[in-house]
Amino acid sequence: MTSTENEPVVIAEGVRKSFGDSEVLRGVDFAVAHGEVACIIGPSGSGKSTFLRCLNALESIDAGRIRVNGADVGYTLRGEMFREWRLTEFAAFRRDIGMVFQHFNLFNNMTALENVACAPIKVKRTSKRDARERGHALLERVGLGAHAHKYPSQLSGGQQQRVAIARALAMDPSVMLFDEPTSGLDPELVDEVLEVMKGLAVGGMTMVLVTHEIGFAREVADSLTFVDGGVVVESGAPREVLANPKHERTKQFLSKVL
Amino acid sequence: MGTNAASGALGADEDPRSASWPNHANTIYNRHPGRFIVALVCIAALAAFVYALATNPNISWKDVAFYLFFPKILQGVLVTLELSILATVIGLAIGVILAIMKLSHNPVARMLSTLYIWFFRGTPVLVQLIFWFNLAFLFPKLVIAIPFTSIGYMWDTNTVMTGFNAALLGLALNLGAYAAEIVRAGIQAVSTGQSEAASSLGMTSAQRMRIVVLPQAVRIIIPPFGNEFIGMLKTTSLVYVVAGNDLMTNASQIYKENSKIMELLIVASLWYMLITAVATYFQEKLEKRFGHAQGVSSAKRTARRVGLGTAAVRVIETQAAVQLTKDGQ
Repeated sequence: MTSTENEPVVIAEGVRKSFGDSEVLRGVDFAVAHGEVACIIGPSGSGKSTFLRCLNALESIDAGRIRVNGADVGYTLRGEMFREWRLTEFAAFRRDIGMVFQHFNLFNNMTALENVACAPIKVKRTSKRDARERGHALLERVGLGAHAHKYPSQLSGGQQQRVAIARALAMDPSVMLFDEPTSGLDPELVDEVLEVMKGLAVGGMTMVLVTHEIGFAREVADSLTFVDGGVVVESGAPREVLANPKHERTKQFLSKVL
Repeated sequence: MGTNAASGALGADEDPRSASWPNHANTIYNRHPGRFIVALVCIAALAAFVYALATNPNISWKDVAFYLFFPKILQGVLVTLELSILATVIGLAIGVILAIMKLSHNPVARMLSTLYIWFFRGTPVLVQLIFWFNLAFLFPKLVIAIPFTSIGYMWDTNTVMTGFNAALLGLALNLGAYAAEIVRAGIQAVSTGQSEAASSLGMTSAQRMRIVVLPQAVRIIIPPFGNEFIGMLKTTSLVYVVAGNDLMTNASQIYKENSKIMELLIVASLWYMLITAVATYFQEKLEKRFGHAQGVSSAKRTARRVGLGTAAVRVIETQAAVQLTKDGQ
């Protein structure tokens, strides 16, 4: 991408989004710098997951502007006018952004290795041999080298989520989005996933993370954003926000989850 | 149960209290006399029916045996198989196209698909068969040509719409409507999360369909579609109204000549039953084969199988551990 090093990788300005009559996002401003780990917290129904899905255009926005890697998401500026992206342009844009879902969403008809190697082969046209080799290496990296041949239903939730992370990494994304990656897991399986994510953060990956894991946010994140009622209530350094919340709503929320 | 105190109190089997617990030796189980009586009545009724049939002077079993492998009957069996397989394959192709149309964003495509399904499910297949057979009344000539030129082909409708072709067309178009609903349900049963994950990896909508959704939908579609095929085997018997040379057509032509109606109906039924049994066998094999890879429909079944597997492994491990402890002592 042609963006300068100083420009944030992700910038959102005044993002609005409604589902029917209910307005879920009411003007969200947000930015993530290169190599930053940004955590978004907030009560359920606050719009945090919807906002994350807007970042890779899984949801369209009604108003505002989202720029990723220096390009407007969903539109190309042509002189004075914005032209809406074609479906193939959306697809090309999403190649560069990894996403990890709450319910893993591994492809049930493929083994762990096929899940990881599938998109590089079909989308990036990597040779099958290279993609499988790379897939093996990625599965090793998330600690699942011995499970490459297994189908999702033969893996635990924690293992599935680690395969899902490897699958997203296989496309060499410039940003990784995590949508409550540990909320669907049994408590004893949460750590193995957080461990992998910590490794990514240390490795310098730009990450946007919607989560309820306050401990992880405090330890690993560079910034913490509290969202409620479709707006950003408060954001800053995680220790600062968690120790000295300035807004009443932030205090209330933190008193319930801490 | 032996209560050998000398071997120590290791393991449930050697628990001295177990002799006073209910076990196979000291328990009187329920006898279910009702089940026995019902079974007896059923067997008696069946025996009476078989006896009445076997000794009926109006059925010549010799003729049944004679016509069972009569060349004309065997030819009919082949045509029935050919018709069923072709109609099912073409029907499935039509069904996939209709299902994708019905799920598309294009309102005209959706409406056309709905209209097709309504029409072909709303009219009896018998009516459709006779309609196609008599297409010549509507269009005496069939023409395929490039508009406003003289390039093209023309056929006489009556030579195209033979009994077989009219039957194939009617059955396939009809099955297409039912197949469309089955395929649509199969596609919709694959969770939206699967397509979202595919989207997030940069796949186009065609790739999502081909690589992720359809392979999983196939597994959901196979059992009901196997039923459609088995149903089709017997629906082909309607073809006798347009003289499609299938099993029923040929059987009826023979009994119209010699009046051995019952014998030939039994011959035809035996063949239909045999073909259905074979088809059912293959359907079960197919289901197992496609159920092997973990799909949405088979996820539960597979999970159970895997669960049983690991439980069995655990039992073996436990036994091995017990063995080790015993050896150690």
